[in-house]
Amino acid sequence: MSPALDVQGLTTRFDTRSGTVTAVDDVSFAVEPGCIMGLVGESGSGKSVTGFSILGLIDEPGRVSGGRVMVEDTDLRALAPDVMRSMRGRKVSMVFQDPMMTLNPVLRIGEQMAMAVRVHEPMPKSRALQRARDALAKVGIPSPEERLAAYPHQLSGGMRQRVAIATALLHQPAVIIADEPTTALDVSIQGQILAEVRRLADETRTAIVWITHDLAVVSSLADDICVMYAGKIVERGTAEEVIGRPRHPYTLGLLQSVPSQHEPGTRLPQIPGSTPQLSHLPSGCPFRNRCPRATQICTTAPPMTGTGNRSALCHHPLETA
Amino acid sequence: MFGYILSRLLQAIIVIFAMSILVFVGVYAIGNPIDVMIDPAATAEIRENLIRQYGLDQPLWRQYLTFLGNVAQGDLGRSMIYNTSVTGLVFSRLPATLELVLVAIGIATLIGIPAGIYAGYRPDSFGAKAIMALSILGFSVPTFWIGMLLIMGFAVQLGWLPSGGRGQVGSFLGIPTSLATTNGWSHVIMPALNLSLFKMGLMIRLTRAGMVEAMQTDYVKFARAQGLPESQIVFQHVLRNISIPVVTIFGLELGSTLAFAVVTESVFNWPGVGKLIIDSILQLDRPVMVTYLILVVILFVIINFTVDIIYARLDPRVRLGGKK
Repeated sequence: MSPALDVQGLTTRFDTRSGTVTAVDDVSFAVEPGCIMGLVGESGSGKSVTGFSILGLIDEPGRVSGGRVMVEDTDLRALAPDVMRSMRGRKVSMVFQDPMMTLNPVLRIGEQMAMAVRVHEPMPKSRALQRARDALAKVGIPSPEERLAAYPHQLSGGMRQRVAIATALLHQPAVIIADEPTTALDVSIQGQILAEVRRLADETRTAIVWITHDLAVVSSLADDICVMYAGKIVERGTAEEVIGRPRHPYTLGLLQSVPSQHEPGTRLPQIPGSTPQLSHLPSGCPFRNRCPRATQICTTAPPMTGTGNRSALCHHPLETA
Repeated sequence: MFGYILSRLLQAIIVIFAMSILVFVGVYAIGNPIDVMIDPAATAEIRENLIRQYGLDQPLWRQYLTFLGNVAQGDLGRSMIYNTSVTGLVFSRLPATLELVLVAIGIATLIGIPAGIYAGYRPDSFGAKAIMALSILGFSVPTFWIGMLLIMGFAVQLGWLPSGGRGQVGSFLGIPTSLATTNGWSHVIMPALNLSLFKMGLMIRLTRAGMVEAMQTDYVKFARAQGLPESQIVFQHVLRNISIPVVTIFGLELGSTLAFAVVTESVFNWPGVGKLIIDSILQLDRPVMVTYLILVVILFVIINFTVDIIYARLDPRVRLGGKK
């Protein structure tokens, strides 16, 4: 079976005053239908830019400068802008972080969703509203009929995020990019949404790229995990492998920073320093200034160690295969 | 909703009442109209008689009460200069000003909002920068000066348009207006353009600011991610969001233009209320001043009320009456 989403060598650059910055650097990954891939990294690691690059929604001064984005055997990057637009929402869709902001505050839920339906499938508004209502019911929204007439501010954050997910699912896209969709929610709501997303992925066979900084979220949700640092994927593997036996020192650092894994009262280990500015990356391995295992050799570009689906970009991986 | 309208109506009455006191006292303080009206050579006796005739010998509070009593009977007094009823006088001038202002606001909106949308949608383009530069001119160059340039250009040099005055009055749906005739339009277009420039600049800047901000929001990105075309995003998603501040300014400007189109009316010799009020201030024609100022207050109250209602229609988060 061919993957729903196959990204090869995706590179996105931003032309800034202080020179060209590579925000996404030769990123490759694939997601099978019905699978969830967690794309993990700190702020500024390029994970959101990767999401927007896949949809072709990079604003000036940025540009996708290389790579292929295959969605069900179509290379999105080879499409004319207007054809690309017709793919968005139909084949690839996206859900954002803050449910308070992603819905238009002055339009009724039904209007917004009907617009999204009819842009790809012209039909009478009443039928579009019916589609919207079914989609709301599918993501577990009670009394969807009433919700259609509601304005976003009349719904809770969790409800709104469900509406956003339902909107993204309207055309049964092959791929959904979810950009930290539970970060702004209460933990209990977050749990509900995660369970719902897992169920939807299994049922609709939609492939999901789940962008997050929260390893705890992906460990319970994702099938595979890619860890991003400074625009590159530094480690990849199944969720169990990456969480259970991390190879890259950065992944280990992230895991150790999760509070629940430690004795109460002990000092929480942290990764020293902060994410480097993309315009001033150190030579060689971008993580070497913060890495406890760094040696002289790390000033040269690190090799990919391991095989295809289980690898780390490091001179000194923690556990050699 | 009904309760809301009732409470607004009550507020309006209080505002108008308070304004009437302020206006009355203010006008009283400006000076004695008898000194302007009367021949300096007149005898003291004639002078006394005239003062008594107008009731100006009474204390201020009694004058005010008399005024209120007359207003209650629908009588706002007679002009001291024209010796006709002031309501008749003001309402004979009002249509001319209304015409001028409606055309001016129309021009400002029809050009200003699309120009602002464009400038906000492509803020870095050459066109957007040109529009912004012109909008600065629009509201920093004095109105009277542009008015004189327009007359110089279109009336004196080119001879395309008349230099001033109101054109032929026709009838449209039974309403007598110069907008019903071509000649009327040729008279109104230049002063209206002149009057609209400031407002156009304001509309452009306001629309652009809202547009730039709105295009960065997540709901626009989300709409793009659903594959909506840009035109639909701008006109169905964004426009409604940015129209809220635009409507506010539109209302305020409509009111202030109606009340204070004075400069343009003077430059183009337009027979509107603006010229009437200036003349009446110079001649200390108290009843005209009082009537006019109270009319302005009523206009503002009506416009603000309308704006509030439009607000609630545009933004579902606004609930009229405050309580849920």
